[in-house]
This record gives sequence, C-alpha cells and structure tokens, in this order.
Amino acid sequence: MIGRHLLSAADLTCEDAIGILDTAGELATVTDRSVKKLPTLRGRTVVTLFFEDSTRTRISFELAAKRLSADVINFAAKGSSVSKGESLKDTALTLEAMGADAVIIRHGASGAPYRLANAGWIHGSVINAGDGTHEHPTQALLDAYTLRHHLRAGQGDLAGARVAIVGDILHSRVARSNVALLRTLGAHVTVVAPPTLLPYGVQSWPCEVSYDIDDVLPHLDAVMMLRVQAERMAGSYFPNELEYSRRYGLDSRRMALMPHDAIVLHPGPMNRGVEISAEVADSPRAVVVEQVTNGVHVRMAVLYLLLGGRSEELLTEGADR
Amino acid sequence: MPERTVLDASDIRRAVRRMSHEILESAKGVDDLVILGIPTRGVYLARRIAASIGEIEGREVPCGSLDITLYRDDLRLREVRALEPTSIPADGIDGRVVVLVDDVLYSGRTIRAALDALADVGRPAAVRLAALVDRGHRELPIRPDFIGKNLPTSQSETVRVHLAEIDDEDSVTIRQVDQ
Repeated sequence: MIGRHLLSAADLTCEDAIGILDTAGELATVTDRSVKKLPTLRGRTVVTLFFEDSTRTRISFELAAKRLSADVINFAAKGSSVSKGESLKDTALTLEAMGADAVIIRHGASGAPYRLANAGWIHGSVINAGDGTHEHPTQALLDAYTLRHHLRAGQGDLAGARVAIVGDILHSRVARSNVALLRTLGAHVTVVAPPTLLPYGVQSWPCEVSYDIDDVLPHLDAVMMLRVQAERMAGSYFPNELEYSRRYGLDSRRMALMPHDAIVLHPGPMNRGVEISAEVADSPRAVVVEQVTNGVHVRMAVLYLLLGGRSEELLTEGADR
Repeated sequence: MPERTVLDASDIRRAVRRMSHEILESAKGVDDLVILGIPTRGVYLARRIAASIGEIEGREVPCGSLDITLYRDDLRLREVRALEPTSIPADGIDGRVVVLVDDVLYSGRTIRAALDALADVGRPAAVRLAALVDRGHRELPIRPDFIGKNLPTSQSETVRVHLAEIDDEDSVTIRQVDQ
C-alpha cells in the first residue's frame, strides 16, 4: 500500500495516508482487549537505531513492534560502537548482517534515513523516526489520526479542518511533517511563530503564516503547540522564556478564544509554563495523552503495512500458493 | 469454460434458512449462541443467518465480525492486505457457542486463522463452523458443521459467492481459470 520505506510524510498520497489511518483504527479495536498481542510479524526483526535521545518515540515503536510479535533490538548510539567512531554505513552493514527486516532510525542529520534507505547498505525497510530538522512522519500520522478521531469521527480525510501549529517552526521536524500531511489530507494549516523562529522560505510552504496567535485562535478546530527546543537554540531567538510565554504560550485566557469544541495537541515532552500552561495541559480539551496511545496504533499500522506483506527475497524465490 | 451459476438467489435463501434451523437444532435454542462472520462475505451471511434465527425464535441472537488478516499464515507470500472490521458482540464470547460463518470453505487455512483469532478474544464453550459452499481440497484437519452446498471442484476452478449487500445479486458461480 505505501511502498517499502516511510521516510517523509510528504511522500504519502491522500489515499496512502487514509489507508494508514484506517489500518490504525482497526488495530486500535483489536488491541483494546485483554490479549493485545498479534502474531502478524512473528519471526521478523525490527531494529530501533537512535542517534538522538528519545524516550516516547522509541518505546512507542518498540511497543508497536512487540504487539505485532516482531523481535525488537534497541540500538542507542550512546554507549555503542557509534561513540567509538563507527560510521552510519558500518552500523548499517552490521544490522544488515544480523538480518534486520526494518530499521527505525532517528538521527540528528536531516536526510540520514534517506541515505540509509537508498545507499544499498541494507535490504530491509527504513522508517524515519525523526531526522534533524527535516521530518518525523509517524508523529504527523498520529496527530492526523487524533484530529480525524475528534473532528471527523475517525473517517475519511480532514478536508476543511482548520489547524494551527504554534511555536518553534524553524527547528521542528514535527511541523514540517504535519504541514505536508495535513495539507495532503485537505486541512487548512496556519503556522504561528515569532519571525525569528520561522524558517527561510516558509512562504513557499502549503500553509498560511502568522505572527499573532490571538488573531488565529478564534478560527480553529485544533491547535498544535510545539515544544521550545532549548537544545537546538544555539542562537537567541527570543529574549527570554517569560516573554515567549506571554506572546505565544497557550494559557486558559487564550484557550477561551478558541471555539468551545476545538482541541489542543502537543507532541511532547511539554514544557509546562512555557508554550503551554499547566491548566491547559490538564484540561479535557488537551488530547496529549490520547496522542501517545494513538502513536502506538499508528506505528503498528506502519509496521504492518511495510512488513506484513511479501518480502523481497520471497519475491525472487517465487512463492507458491 | 464460461462462468456457470450453481446457486441462484432462491437457492441461497433456502440454504441460509436450512442452516439457521440446523444451527438452532444443534445448539438447542439461542441461549449462549454468538454468530461471527469472517469478512467480507461471511459477515453478510452471518447477518442473514442471525436474522433468520431471530425470525424463527422471536429473539435476537448476537452477531458480529471477526477479521483474520493479522492471523493468516500466508501474509509473507502476498502483497500486504487491508484490514477489515472486527466487531465482537458486547457480551463477549466467553462460555458461549460461537458459530463462525464463511462464504467458501476451501483449504481450511482461513478457519485455522479464525480459531487463533478467537483464542485471543476469549474462550468459547464451543466453536462451530458454517459455510455456504464447501468446495473440498482441505489442507488442514478442519470440517464444517453446517453447509449450504457441497460443491465438488477442481483446484483450477474458482468459486465466487455474490451477495446483494455488496454485489449486484445473490448467486454462487464457478469458473475455470486459464493457467
């Protein structure tokens, strides 16, 4: 349904994306019972190859793979051969030699998953779990799933939905993936940030751009607050956290500007008191915890659609019935 | 050889009604009975059987669907398949008599997968199998309890069940496949 790799949300057609979300929806009903494990990927090996710190994305993928009965190997760059200076290529060749059917990679360099998928080092599927400031497709898929669940009763696309993404657009791979995917699904997207946190060329993105959050909030079905990424802030993009919070943070006063049924998303981890106030984070309109649950179902769907069918080797061997 | 119709709409209607009676007779009533169809056409047949049993007994019988895609043993031999809905009646299947319903019984591999899927849903008191057509060529030790029609076939033939709910009409056809 979606090819061999998942490298970028921008690669997905509307039909692909809806197929993934529908599959995730069916998997959600199947895993909503006491025996959550499915035998589907028994005998397949999935490697999580994380060159950057991550807790929730890695354990979400790990749980998704385990629910489908795949064997999971966690390869964290810290404390591994990578910290001894091993290149991406040699790491990839090692994983290939061990027979990995899929490699889920997070890397600080934009394009690392593309390189891994296209350099001919490995035969398995590559899933991008976040590369530099480029993309994080499964996050966008789980956000779209969450939006579709609340705004469209879990069916079809997101045509006409109005969504704003607020915060550090410049460094955010989540924003890039979401703009691409939400647009593909027919939603109307606005990115909101101080001018210093908008990337060069944002005018060419398929979305509106605004500097004023109060202007945008009354017209939304959903707002997605991004984390202020202190670890990527080498330069000073705004004077201090307090000023950022006053101009762009979502507190209960601002939440009251939104239509009463609009929802609040956050990819996590949240900085309470900076981009989102504790009151908003704990309100019933914030669907942050739901996003985590949906993340497992969406990642199960991606793993199933990439690994659940015929593999290359069997194609060449010529499978009988 | 062109396509040949082996059951028409009224044959199917009579077969469904007879199978409903047989299910009722063997289960001695509708208490504890759960009808589960295997997508796609098994689900519509299951609904027809449940409706027919409801008519005969004057009581509704729980009916649902059980998608077996994730339990198939041939996933790696084919292109990836889309999932179909699974809906288990609210009271579950624990301690009940589950009647699995499929359109065509052939190798038995679908039923093997369905039994695995059922085991993850709960522990029925018994599992029975109903199929509209049994075309033979079993590859596993599985046998049906209720059959609409026994249809001797060769493996080079395909049997298709058409149901009005998703196809244009009710019929069962058989056709020789060109190799």
